[in-house]
Amino acid sequence: MISHDITMIPAREPPARAVGVMAWVRNNLFANPLSALATLLIAYSLYLFVPPLVQWAFMDATWFGESSSDCSSDGACWAFITARLDQFIYGFYPEEQQWRADLFFAQLAILIAWLSFKVTPGKKWVLGYSLILMPVVSWFLLYGDLLGLEKVETHQWGGLMLTLLLALCGMIASLPFGVLLALGRRSNMPVIRSLCTAYIELWRGVPLITVLFMASVMLPLFVPEEVVFDKLLRALIGIILFQAAYMAEVVRGGLQAIPKGQFEAFNSLGLSYWQGMIMIILPQAMRLVIPGVVNTFIALFKDTSLVLVIGLFDLLAIIQAGLNDPAWLGNSVEGYLFAGLVFWVFCFGMSKYSQRLEQQLHR
Amino acid sequence: MSDPEHVSHKKNATPSLVKEALRLWRDASFRPLFMQGVVVLVVVMLGVWVINNTMNNLEHRGISTGFDFLSQEAGFGIIQSLVEYDESHSYGRTFVVGILNTLLVSGLGIFFATILGFLIGVARLSSNWLLARMASVFIETFRNIPLLLQIFFWYFAVLAALPHPRQSFALGESVFLNLRGLFLPKPIIEQGLLPVMVSCLVAIGLALFLRSINQKRRVETGKSISGAPWYMAALLAGIPVLTWHLSGASLVLDTPELKGFNFRGGISIIPELGALLLALTIYTSAFIAEVVRAGIESVQKGQKEAAASLGLKPGKVLTLVVIPQAMKVIIPPLTNQYLNLAKNSSLATAIGYPDLVSVFAGTTLNQTGQAVEVIAMTMAVYLTISLSVSLLMNIYNKRVALIER
Repeated sequence: MISHDITMIPAREPPARAVGVMAWVRNNLFANPLSALATLLIAYSLYLFVPPLVQWAFMDATWFGESSSDCSSDGACWAFITARLDQFIYGFYPEEQQWRADLFFAQLAILIAWLSFKVTPGKKWVLGYSLILMPVVSWFLLYGDLLGLEKVETHQWGGLMLTLLLALCGMIASLPFGVLLALGRRSNMPVIRSLCTAYIELWRGVPLITVLFMASVMLPLFVPEEVVFDKLLRALIGIILFQAAYMAEVVRGGLQAIPKGQFEAFNSLGLSYWQGMIMIILPQAMRLVIPGVVNTFIALFKDTSLVLVIGLFDLLAIIQAGLNDPAWLGNSVEGYLFAGLVFWVFCFGMSKYSQRLEQQLHR
Repeated sequence: MSDPEHVSHKKNATPSLVKEALRLWRDASFRPLFMQGVVVLVVVMLGVWVINNTMNNLEHRGISTGFDFLSQEAGFGIIQSLVEYDESHSYGRTFVVGILNTLLVSGLGIFFATILGFLIGVARLSSNWLLARMASVFIETFRNIPLLLQIFFWYFAVLAALPHPRQSFALGESVFLNLRGLFLPKPIIEQGLLPVMVSCLVAIGLALFLRSINQKRRVETGKSISGAPWYMAALLAGIPVLTWHLSGASLVLDTPELKGFNFRGGISIIPELGALLLALTIYTSAFIAEVVRAGIESVQKGQKEAAASLGLKPGKVLTLVVIPQAMKVIIPPLTNQYLNLAKNSSLATAIGYPDLVSVFAGTTLNQTGQAVEVIAMTMAVYLTISLSVSLLMNIYNKRVALIER
C-alpha cells in the first residue's frame, strides 16, 4: 500500500514570457527583427491613414442636404447618398408603386432566412418555390399589367433592385441548363458530348461584355422581325447563356465526385438513365456543388455591373449617372465607396456562407 | 414508362410496325444513335432558322454581309496605338490596334498582378499577425468589389483628381504625373547601344550555363563550385559594362517636356491605361494571393521538417522543397486567373481605353453596322487566346502528372 503522506506538488507556473499578452505580442508581432520592422511600419502607416480617414468619413461628414453646396469642404458628402437613396434602390420605379419592389426585397429576405436556419420546416417546398416560382412571381410583381397592378416598363427598373433581379434570375434560370450541359458533357454519346463541350468552352472563353454586346445587337437579328425583345430581357438571355456554361462546370465537378458504384448500383436496380440521375446521382451531386454554386453566384453578382455598357441602370450605373448631376458634382469618391460597400456586404456575406458550407461538407 | 404494360395488355392487337419500333427503341445500340440523330437535327434546324432570320433582317436593314468593310477607311482616331495608325487607315487596322492594346494591358497586368499576388499570398501566411491580417483585409476587400467599380474608382475618383499639366507632380526633371497621364523618359537606342544589348544577352546565357554546370556538379559530387554565385554576378555585371565602355556608347534619354498644355516626348502612359492597369492588377492579385496561399498550404509540414532535418538552410528549404511542390498546385488556377485578367481587360471599353472591344466591337461596329462579323471576330480573338492557353495547360498538367508517383 502506498502511504498516505504523499502530497502533490502543484505544477510550476509557465515562465511569464511564455503566457499572456506579452508573450502573444512577442511571438506574433516581434518574433524577429524583420517581423518587428514590418509591425512598426504597418502600425505607423495605419496611424498616418486611419485617423484622418475616420475624421473625413464620420466627424467632418455631412449626412443630409440638397446639393453639393450644403456639404462641408473637408468631410465626406454623404448627403449625395441619402438624398438619392430611393433612386439607388429602386431606379426610376414610380414612387407610388415602390411598395411592390419592397415586397420583392421582403420576399427575398424571408426566403433566404427560411433556407439558412436549421429549424424552419418545409425546406423542400420553400426551395422549390425559390427555384421555380419565385422568378416568375417577382417578374409579374414588378412588371404588373396583371391582377390590377399598374404596368411598370422595364426601362424604369434600376438600382439595387435590378442588380438583385438580374443576378437571381440569371442564376436560377441557368441552373437547369447547367445541369443538362454537365450531364451532356459526361454522356456516352459522342455527338452530344462534343456539342456540350463545345458550348461550354465557347462561352467560357469569351468575356461577358462581348456576350452582352452580342445579346444587345445580334439577338434581334437572330429572331423573326415581329419578335421584339425588351432590352432587359436581352441582357438576361445573354447572362443566362453565359452563366449556364460556368454552372455546367461546377455541376460537372460534383458529378465527378460521385463514386462509380452509385452509377452501377442504379443500373443494376434496373432504373433508367433519367430515373437514376434524378433520384440517385443528382441529389448527391447537387449537395456537393452548393459551395461552388454560391461562388459562381458571387461572380455573377459582381458581373451584373457590366450591364451598364448596354444602357441598363443597375446599382453602379445609377450611381455613375448621379455623379454627373450638376447639383452633385465632385462626389465620386463617396458614390463609389457606397456602391463598393453595398457590393462588398453581399459578396463577403455570401463567400463566408459558402466557406461555412464547405467546412460542413468536409467534416 | 407505362408503355410496356400498355403494350402487353393488347399484345395481339399490336401492329407489327409498332412492335418493330419498340424493339428498336429498346435496342441499346440503336437508341443512342437515334437520340443523337434527333439532337443533331434540332441543332441544325435551329441553326438554319437563326441564319435565315439573320439574312432576312440584314436584307431589310440594307446591310450587306461579308468582310469587305475591313479594307474601308476607318476615319476615327485612336488615343493609343502600338503600331502606326491614323484616321486614314482601314477598319482591318483598327482590329490589329485593338488586339495589340488588349495584349499590352493584359501582359502588363499579368506581370504586376503576379508580383503583387505572390507578395500578398506569402504575407497572408506570415507569422507576423499584423501583416497576415493586413493581407487578408486586402484580399477580402478587393475580391468582393466588382472590377468595373474599381476601374471607375481609379479613373474617375483618383486619377481625375490629379493636377493639371502645369502643376504636375514631378520626380526629378524627367518623370511627370498629371491629369493627362504619366510621362517617363524614353531611352533612345543609338548605334553603340546595340552591342551592349547583345552583350547583355550573352552574359545572361553564360550565367545560365555556369548555373547548369554547377547544378550538375552538385548532383554528381555533392559539392558545388565555391563562389559560383559571385562568378555569375560578375559575368552578369561585367560583360555589359565592359562592352559599354569599349563601344563608347552613351545613353540618350528623350525626356518629356511641357509644351503648351501638355507634355511632348518620352513615353506617356495615358490615364485610361493607368486606371485599367491599377484595377486589373489589384483585383487579380487578390485572387492570385489566395491561389498562392492554397498552394503553399498544400505542401505538408512534414516536407519542410524533413528538408530541415537533412540540413537544408531555410532559404534552400523554400526554393528546393516547398516552392517546386507548391507550384504544381498553383500553376493551373494561376493560369485561370491570367485568362480571367485577359478577359476582364475588355472592361476597358467603359472608360474608353482603346482595347479590342472598345475600338472594334464599339466604334467600328457602330460605324459599319456589321454586327455579326464584328462580334464574331472579337469573340474569336478571345476564344483563340483562351483555348490555346488551356491547351498548353493540359500539356503541362500531363507532364506534371507523369512525374508524380
